[in-house]
Parts: sequence; C-alpha cells; structure tokens
Amino acid sequence: MSREVILLLVFAAATLLGYRLIKAVPSLLHTPLMSGMNALSGVTVLGMVTATALAVGFGSKVLGIIGIVCATINVVAGFLVTDRMLGMFKGSREEHEREDEA
Amino acid sequence: MSGTLYYLVSALLSLLVLLGIYWMSRVSMAVKGNRLSALAMLAAIVIVLVKENILTEASVLLGLALGTALGIVMARKVKMITMPQMVGLLNGLGGLASALAALLTLQSNPALPSFERFTAMLALAVGALTFTGSLVAAGKLHRLLPQKPIALPSHRLLTGLSALLTALLLVLPLMQSGQTMLYAVLALVFSLALGVLIALPVGGADMPITISLLNSTSGVAAAIAGMAIGDVLLVSVGGIVGASGLLLTQIMCRSMNRKLSDILFARSLGDRRPAPAAAEKAEVAAPAPEAQIEQQPQAADKSLLTDWLQEARDIIIIPGYGMAVSQAQELVKALHDALETGGRQVRFAIHPVAGRMPGHMNVLLAEVDIPYDKLFEMDDINPLMAQADLVVVIGANDVVNPAANTAEGTPIYGMPVLDAQAARRLIICNFDLQPGYAGVPNPLYEPSPHILMLLGDAKDSLRDMLAALDA
Repeated sequence: MSREVILLLVFAAATLLGYRLIKAVPSLLHTPLMSGMNALSGVTVLGMVTATALAVGFGSKVLGIIGIVCATINVVAGFLVTDRMLGMFKGSREEHEREDEA
Repeated sequence: MSGTLYYLVSALLSLLVLLGIYWMSRVSMAVKGNRLSALAMLAAIVIVLVKENILTEASVLLGLALGTALGIVMARKVKMITMPQMVGLLNGLGGLASALAALLTLQSNPALPSFERFTAMLALAVGALTFTGSLVAAGKLHRLLPQKPIALPSHRLLTGLSALLTALLLVLPLMQSGQTMLYAVLALVFSLALGVLIALPVGGADMPITISLLNSTSGVAAAIAGMAIGDVLLVSVGGIVGASGLLLTQIMCRSMNRKLSDILFARSLGDRRPAPAAAEKAEVAAPAPEAQIEQQPQAADKSLLTDWLQEARDIIIIPGYGMAVSQAQELVKALHDALETGGRQVRFAIHPVAGRMPGHMNVLLAEVDIPYDKLFEMDDINPLMAQADLVVVIGANDVVNPAANTAEGTPIYGMPVLDAQAARRLIICNFDLQPGYAGVPNPLYEPSPHILMLLGDAKDSLRDMLAALDA
C-alpha cells in the first residue's frame, strides 16, 4: 500500500473513531472538550520542529521558530486552561466534603 | 527509528489521546483524560526530537521554550469570562502554525511529489483562513471589533471570489510545479482574506458555531499538513480534532436552527429579520422609553416578588448570555444558596447555545462553585418545567422564546427552546424589552398575571431578589 493511501486511511479512521467517542461527552463539558481539542491541534509542532531543524536560510529558520512558538503556545495554554476549567467542576457531595475539611 | 516503529508509536499515542477523550465523557474522570492527552503530546514531541536527532538544535529548543513560557503565562492570566476569545486565539495560533509548516515544506523541497505538493498547499490555505478567521472572531468576542454582523460592500461576492481563487491556486501547482512558491504566496493572501470575510459577518449569538467550526479547521489543517510532511501522528490527531469541531458545529447549528452555509456565506439573520433595529440586546445603549419607566419594579411587584420567591419550593433558574455580560454569576450563586437554605430545590436549565461558545454557561456556573449535578441539559429539564413552582430567567431571551414553537417564518421557528412558559410562575430578568438576537418579539414579555419582569442590569435584579428573600 502506498504511503498516500495509508495516510488517507489513518485520517478517515481517526475522524470516525474520534467522532464516536466525542459524541459521548456531555454538553456540560463542551467548553473544556473544545479547549482540550484545541490543545491537540497544536500537534503541528511535531512537523514544525523537523522543518525548522532542516531549514537552511535565515528567513526559513525565523519562520520555523515563529511556527514552533505558535504551536507550543497552542498546546501548553490549551491543556493548562482545560485543566483549570475541569478542576472547577465539582459535584454536590464533593463540595460538602470540602466544606467539612475546612 | 525506523518508519514502521514510528507508525507503531504513533498508533499507541493516538490510542492514548482517544482514551483521554473517552475519559472526558465522565466529569469525575475528565481531569485525568485531559492530562493523559497532554502526556501523549509531550511524549510525541520528545520522540520526534529523538527520532530526528535534533535534541540539541538551538532554534527548535528556543521556539519550544518561548512557546511554553508564553503558554503558561496566558493560561494563568486568562479569566474564565474571557475564555471564548482565548479559545479563539489559540485556534488561530494552531492554524498559523500549520500554515507555516506547510509553507516551509513547500519552500525547502522544490521537487515535492504531487500528493505532498497539493496537501501542503491545502494545509497552507486551511491554516491561514483558520488564523485570520479566529483572530476576527476573538476580536469580536473581546469587543475590539463590533459584535454586530459586519458586511462589506458586495460581501458575498468577495467571499465567493476569494474561495474560488484560493481553490484555483491550490490546483495550479499540480500542472506547473516550477511556480509553486508564487502560487503558495498568492494562495496564502487569498485564504487570509477568506478567513476575515467569513468571520466578519458573524454576529454575537452565532459565535458558538463559528468558534466550533474554526476549532474543526485548525485540526483539519494539522491533519493535512501531516499528509504533506508524511507524519502519521499529525494526520490522526488532526483528524480527531477535526471530527470534534465538526460534531460541536453540528450540535450548535441544530440548537440554533441555523444552516452552516448561511453563516459561512454571510446570509446573516438580518436578511430574514423582521425587526430591523434588533441589535444585540447587550449592546442596546439606551433602553426604549417605555422600558425605562418600568425599569424599577413597582411597590406591588416588590411584594409579589417576595411572595413568589418565598412560596416556591421547586425552582429552576435559566441563565443566558445576559448573565455573562453583567458578570452576575456570583449573585446567581448567592441566590441559589439563599433559596436552598430555605429548604427549596434549585436546579439550572442550560440551553446548548446559551453564551458565546459550546458549554459556556456550565463553565461560568462551575467557576462560582455551583455543583455540576444541579446543571441540567435542555432535554432533561424541559419535562420538569411544568412541575416547577417558579422559573427564573436571567439574561436569556431567544432560548426561552415560545415563538420558536409557533411563529412560522421567523428565524427561530423550529429551534428547540427551554420551555419556561410551562412554569406556574415566571420571573424574567432582562436588560430591556427588546427582542433577542434573532429579532423575534418574545410573547413572554406581554403583561401576564403569572410573569414578573425585572428590567435592567442582571446584577441589580438579582440584588432585588435577594432582598425580597430576606424580607
């Protein structure tokens, strides 16, 4: 099988599997879901680091570094913000436990 | 590392990401799910650095360090209230990164095979329009740009033209490979313009759809860039993100009764809007004269307010974007606590598109420590509305408008709404009596013996209610 076909198949499989799993996420968590997915879209950083390392011209290097910075911000801020949001969701029981501790 | 081994590692990391998403379907596991995804991403970066033998490449490390530092600062500083624009901005950065990756690939390999050349061009275009579209959306959400739909002269023509030219430029390099860089730069220009043209006409309440869509395109851009570079992990993770954004877009469209094509091609509600002056309710600078007169609840209303609040045993609160605008979440929590202290049952009804992004209300209420098991989705709570003694609407309009069930031909006809009118008694806190974003008059605003209107800033109305409970 050629590489092109494999890549297209992987894309199709990932899309379908992702779609099925994400459908199960309750609307309660749609914002954190979105920012988590957002963080994942920074996966481009993987391509960016390779391209930048291979880049020869000064301009290309600079473009590459800008790209890495953007993608890394996307990944790091995305996951941290999601973590912050998810940490805020507490059930009634947890809240009472916390009050008991205090 | 051999190709086959990298495929296996990528498959494993993709599965970890999918497991992380699976954990996100339960609140108790969601934090772990997110951390698992983050860990998989960290592992992927390290593996690529080792695989390509670039662990000591200064430019790469500089980029990673700078991005990490900025990312940490941004995530720490952002307030929950500005989360929609934060998500928008991050989407844009992801899109830009994909576009740059594609550009570098095209530039450094003049003899790229057709498949790679086409996918690189496509990633460039999708990434670029995600970038500018997200910046405009974030600017609107942050009120740097007007929230109202903005239409340039012959807007639809310009959008169509940019889309057409971009598409043409994607195909041209397949025939004339010598000019690829020229075509790439032109495609970049037109797709940057296309992003702006798509996002400008989006009005405030349509934002959840646009943000979801841009979320999807940022993933798709990464996936296509992965095809150009030949990195299977980019393809799979990008595909997952694309699917997630698409699913959210579908849900938002269905909940708003809007077609995606209408939003993409600037067929704004304005075209179908019956009331021309129906601007965003939060933006109406001065309330209509008659609204001003009614701004303060009259003496009779005050005693009525006290009676209704104190008599109710089963209460449902419906928050909307007005609560976010007025930043009244803390007072909503205070009302929730005051009502509960009196032994009453308090629940929240959340419409899927209330706010400016999917799930916006849930995050705002979670931030002020309202337990998530008190937050109910529309389909679960609607059958319970009729049994409620009292429904309190705070800054929501279109999502409780019963005209959606009856007023054929209006933009909201057929849109699923929260069945607030079924409640025995209804208190509506709204800024004024103007129709909501959709411009359809709300029959609930007609004088009625079982509806009490509290006009003005949501914070003031909530203070009035708290005072009434104390009385």
